[in-house]
Amino acid sequence: MDLILEIAVSAFLIIGGVFGLVGSYGLIKLNDAMSRLHAPTKASTLGVGGVLLASILHSVWLEGHLSVHEIMITLFIFLTAPITANFIAKVHMHGHETPKSLPDAGKDKLWATHNIAPEATAEEKA
Amino acid sequence: MTFLRKLLPHPFLTLLLTVTWLLLVNGWSLNSLVFGFLMGWLIPFVTRAYWPQQPKVRAPLKIIEYVFVVFYDIVVANIQVALIVLFKSNADRKPGWVTIPLDLRTPEAITVLAGTITMTPGTVSADVSAEGHALLVHCLDAEDTNAVRDEIKTRYEARLKEIFE
Repeated sequence: MDLILEIAVSAFLIIGGVFGLVGSYGLIKLNDAMSRLHAPTKASTLGVGGVLLASILHSVWLEGHLSVHEIMITLFIFLTAPITANFIAKVHMHGHETPKSLPDAGKDKLWATHNIAPEATAEEKA
Repeated sequence: MTFLRKLLPHPFLTLLLTVTWLLLVNGWSLNSLVFGFLMGWLIPFVTRAYWPQQPKVRAPLKIIEYVFVVFYDIVVANIQVALIVLFKSNADRKPGWVTIPLDLRTPEAITVLAGTITMTPGTVSADVSAEGHALLVHCLDAEDTNAVRDEIKTRYEARLKEIFE
């Protein structure tokens, strides 16, 4: 029984490691800033998830106590990863995109990042 | 009732923060319960200026279904993105922007939708339109941007609309 559990824990660690590695490789391989954002936000979720699953299995069956920290870590990753990605995307939009290079924003005309008051843009020009 | 509302502007947030604190402490004691509740009571006052209204959840049980759908999609998303990263050359990949017109109106629902889009197959939400009527989404590899838009609208937005509105 212990052997099966140890194999399961090892399998989750390997899955986690592989996805973490692929996520990091994606950062180098993909060739534009917005695409690079995809690799760490997704591949790393399963990378961290695999390690956390292994940790939960290990603490419950081999050490005999339930640890809820892993669940909290998962929760915090789910809360912070999209927000970090959004910050980076917004910085990219400020620096490298114009309202014309992006698709139509529908009836609102502008995306929030480009919706700057006229005074502010005049100051930037001066 | 109004007095209670003043004392506890966000009762659900208070409960959530207390439970979060207990889980972070990773053990049960009266000490941590009291301290957790104290923080859960004080933090809503600090954040109240940024979050004046209480979010309404119409169908709490639908959240469970939504969580499972999203979890499944995250696993699929990871495998898909890993395969694209490993085996698809940059020249073959077609990255692009997609506009998602929104039917959702509550800020909480739009936030959850944007977060879900970032965590799921080949899409990252980048921005919301000036008045909040559309989301700007970047696709890692989109042959058909209309299909991406329709999937997000039927798979996630329709479910969120049932939960929040």
